[in-house]
Amino acid sequence: MTAIEAAPAPARRLVWLTASVRDITVETPRVKSITLNVRGWPGHRPGQHVDIRLTAADGYQAQRSYSIASPPDGELLALTVERLENGEVSPYLDDELRIGDQFELRGPIGGYFVWTGGGPLCLIAGGSGIAPLMAMLRHRERHADRTPATLVYSSRSVDDIIYRNELDALGKRDGILRVLHTLTRQQPDGWTGHRGRVDRALLADACYSPAQSPKIFVCGPTPFVEDVARFLVELGHEACAIKTERFGPSGGSP
Amino acid sequence: MGDPPITRGFRSRRQEQNPQGRVPPGQYVTTDFPVLSAGPTPDIKVADWTLALQAGGSLIGKWSWAEFEALPQTTLKTDIHCVTKWSKLDTTWQGVTFDDLLKAAGIAEPPAPYLMAHSHGGYSTNVPVADLVGGQAMIATRYDGLPILPAHGGPARLLVPHLYFWKSAKWARRLQFMDKDQPGFWESLGYHIYGDPWKEQRYDGD
Repeated sequence: MTAIEAAPAPARRLVWLTASVRDITVETPRVKSITLNVRGWPGHRPGQHVDIRLTAADGYQAQRSYSIASPPDGELLALTVERLENGEVSPYLDDELRIGDQFELRGPIGGYFVWTGGGPLCLIAGGSGIAPLMAMLRHRERHADRTPATLVYSSRSVDDIIYRNELDALGKRDGILRVLHTLTRQQPDGWTGHRGRVDRALLADACYSPAQSPKIFVCGPTPFVEDVARFLVELGHEACAIKTERFGPSGGSP
Repeated sequence: MGDPPITRGFRSRRQEQNPQGRVPPGQYVTTDFPVLSAGPTPDIKVADWTLALQAGGSLIGKWSWAEFEALPQTTLKTDIHCVTKWSKLDTTWQGVTFDDLLKAAGIAEPPAPYLMAHSHGGYSTNVPVADLVGGQAMIATRYDGLPILPAHGGPARLLVPHLYFWKSAKWARRLQFMDKDQPGFWESLGYHIYGDPWKEQRYDGD
């Protein structure tokens, strides 16, 4: 079976749907995953994002974009939210949101930062930039897709690694998936992974050669993505083979 | 459609930062300057830089960096609005207005009603010419008095501040007049063909 189905038709108006919180998972001290039930969800492709809209009792509304961390799965959708201390929406989602709460959501949005199958797949994440790449890995896993894949994942410390257990398990049971962690600020005793920022040497080792025409997805904070994308170009990868998503105060494309 | 569901426990923390009438619906004000691009930031040397103006198949204007810098310079202070929800107020840009560019090319009247802006790296975006003339748009080369950083579209980007900011193509290199409106990069991927932030035209069908 082919892992990746054809895209849902894009020429469709994006209407606001009601999302109900079904589950909340604490990923790290600053990150939670929120599983939503979205009635009427039209489906998505791994890498796409959604807009959410919160409405206060006085009618005030706020919108934000979040990447979808879950693979296509009926009306279920998981978002992974990092708390931004001065933010308006993420502290609410982190502190207040409970199972059963509702807000509006529309999507899927973004037709470029999308894995439509094929590889090898080279995924490079910084911090919560792992979310849309996790949707790709989960989709690949769910369909027992045998595309060779590498994930290079940069976190500040072990405690900041999102989906750590799931990634460990995936890396152990899947012989053609490599999961490489690097820790930039703090490494525990006996840490055998990489240390410091993702650099050219790590990418040269991890990333397949340009001759293998890997499909490359880079997601994380702007300085991280700028550096990684530049290194990849210097290593000989075609700029058009490198798809990026930069996290500012809000995620998502463009 | 009924009223939107109230999100239990959610309240505004930001309203005081949103001056009346300055922030389009669904946007929030940021003092940061986020970077959003679909691929690597291209490394463009001004020594190699050119800007071309095309109509039909023919070249109707072309400038090197030195020639472009010698054109009349205009400073524009304006608010900008990104479709990813942030707005940034009172940004200051300097460059050559689209009007002055046409004048420099010796064109009295725009030859077609639509324009496709093409960028280094393969990006493109479509804008009606009516939204570019009359001092509304420029090819900007400076932000806050300094050369625009590469990640923000330097050395030169289109600036059409009254439309969502994806229309302000980074790394502009070729402006092509078109008889018919055609979608550019994001417009082919589900984003709105026109992109008026005040009408919240984010996506196709909005």
